[in-house]
Amino acid sequence: MLTRREALFGTAASATTAAILATMPAARAAAGPQSADISRLPRERVELVAPPFVHAHDQVVRGGPKIVEFRLTVKEQPMVIDDEGTVMQAMTFNGSIPAPMMVVHEGDYVELTLVNPETNEMPHNVDFHAATGALGGAQLLEVNPGEQATMRFKATRAGVFVYHCAPAGMIPWHVVSGMNGAILVLPRDGLKDGDGRRLKYDRIFYIGESDFYIPRDANGKYKSYESLGDAYDDTLKVMRGLIPTHVVFNGKVGALTGDNALKAKVGETVLIIHSQANRDTRPHIIGGHGDHVWEQGKFANPPEKDLETWFVRGGSACAALYTFRQPGIYAYVNHNLIEAAELGATAHITVDGEWNDDLMTQVRAPAPIASY
Amino acid sequence: MRLMVPAALAAATALVLASGPTLRPMSAKTAASFDTVTIAPGAFEFRLSGEYLKAGRPVDAPKRTVSFRLGFDIMKVEVSAADYAACVADGACEAAEGGNSSAIYPVTGVSYRDATAYAAWLSGKTGETWRLPTDEEWAFAAAERRSDDALGVSQDSANPAERWLARYRTEASAGKRDTEPKPLGHFGMNRKGVADIAGNVWEWTSTCYVRATVSTNGKVVHSTDNCGVRVVAGSHRGYMSTFIRDGRSGGCAAGLAPDNLGFRLVRQAPSAISYVRGLWARAVG
Repeated sequence: MLTRREALFGTAASATTAAILATMPAARAAAGPQSADISRLPRERVELVAPPFVHAHDQVVRGGPKIVEFRLTVKEQPMVIDDEGTVMQAMTFNGSIPAPMMVVHEGDYVELTLVNPETNEMPHNVDFHAATGALGGAQLLEVNPGEQATMRFKATRAGVFVYHCAPAGMIPWHVVSGMNGAILVLPRDGLKDGDGRRLKYDRIFYIGESDFYIPRDANGKYKSYESLGDAYDDTLKVMRGLIPTHVVFNGKVGALTGDNALKAKVGETVLIIHSQANRDTRPHIIGGHGDHVWEQGKFANPPEKDLETWFVRGGSACAALYTFRQPGIYAYVNHNLIEAAELGATAHITVDGEWNDDLMTQVRAPAPIASY
Repeated sequence: MRLMVPAALAAATALVLASGPTLRPMSAKTAASFDTVTIAPGAFEFRLSGEYLKAGRPVDAPKRTVSFRLGFDIMKVEVSAADYAACVADGACEAAEGGNSSAIYPVTGVSYRDATAYAAWLSGKTGETWRLPTDEEWAFAAAERRSDDALGVSQDSANPAERWLARYRTEASAGKRDTEPKPLGHFGMNRKGVADIAGNVWEWTSTCYVRATVSTNGKVVHSTDNCGVRVVAGSHRGYMSTFIRDGRSGGCAAGLAPDNLGFRLVRQAPSAISYVRGLWARAVG
């Protein structure tokens, strides 16, 4: 295993830098232009929860910025990614695909501790698209198995942003093996429409879409591997073809259907965060809309209204707000319908409540064709 | 003509059906030899398949008493991948999806058209008449393993979503899905001695999809058949177009699809004519 690790990746020099940095006093580490005395800021430690759920948070905050502490532990583990039992050698933050969503407010400081347990094979780090400098923090967070590092960045832009693992030479492999998530940086006074009116949500769903590239054997059956290193060469060959074998929400075909379907009620407003760290996608709610959609996920821009389908560029996250007006089963899909139906990119939302005949009614039920 | 290896088949069948009767010896004309269960005559309460409207709104299908004056013979297990592969090798069937040809696994990835092609081929090979069961026959043979697809929601609600949600939740509550086909016999026998009913292979029936209107007293007023769609029987009923081989692709946007599509056949009791014809065929070789 060790030889594997060495073969795949030389020792990371930057890891030492990170380790030294982590032990420096906070004030010295944050040299340069200051907007706050870091040592005096209140601190909050947040326990992350697995998607599609999001940890408790305020939509509007009073008072000044905080330092919000998060901890991500890397878990390299085999994971079943479809209902046929296909196993992928996955790399994850905290064991989930996508990684957990973090929520802070504009102006807050995000202090992330990344832990890479000794039992892992690979070096890992985090590139926050929300952060400024050092490859999104990746250069300060490069940890080998058996190490941990802590990095702090200021959340200066309001929006929802992707974060992902980005170790030199293997970035795409780590990303499509599960190491991507999102951070939501809310405006301090909450979300607003284009006219400055407050927008609130009753529920928040975090949907992380993944494209997986699983090698097949001579008979077309998906192969499984003993370890990450064993899977690397074959996986890379499939990746280079750019045609995913699976396109899924939350790590697995059917992860958000059946017993795990998302739930809402008529009249409830849901904020759906959809991230895709690697590949373009086009979310659509069958039977619903996007009332307000920050298609590029950035809250300094006014949201688009009344969208049927929205576009998420690979390497970004979007935020869509929708109030359910009719009960029923809604399918939430990537509207490349081949990817939705054949490759897995479908979630279901069960919505309870009263039917609104004014919005839709069946005028005549199916019956034999009448002659007029 | 190709013969299957009887020893392998016998061994496999014996393995999974150790308690079953021994196999009938294979004649030179028989491509495979099947254990069947004789379903005794009787009657049962049957929930009709299809969709029913009352006063323009979907309702649970009415129930009917269905009686079988004669019994029938149904295969104890589903047609195996090896049995089906023999028909493919003979050029009479198209290869199933997934490429399994094992004698101990059911064939999966087959459409209604594949199933009927196989039945015709097997009938030709054996001089017997094999066909898909009707939905009623399947349900009668399924005994305690058949499920009632009545939803138990108000039959006169003005909210159409109630039925959609109830159906979805019923199917979702079936628990954790394991779609990987299991060896024949894995799901055990029902009290009539039929194996693997309502496991993770949904079985094709010959019953067409019906849309009907019922009057307030439950009488069917008129109905429309669509035989391009047939009933697939399993832990819940499904309706699939005849050319679909993988229910998960053939499913709808907001439902839960069958895990696998396969089949078992019914042997039609021979008529006098076919009996004589069979004798003749054997005499001339």
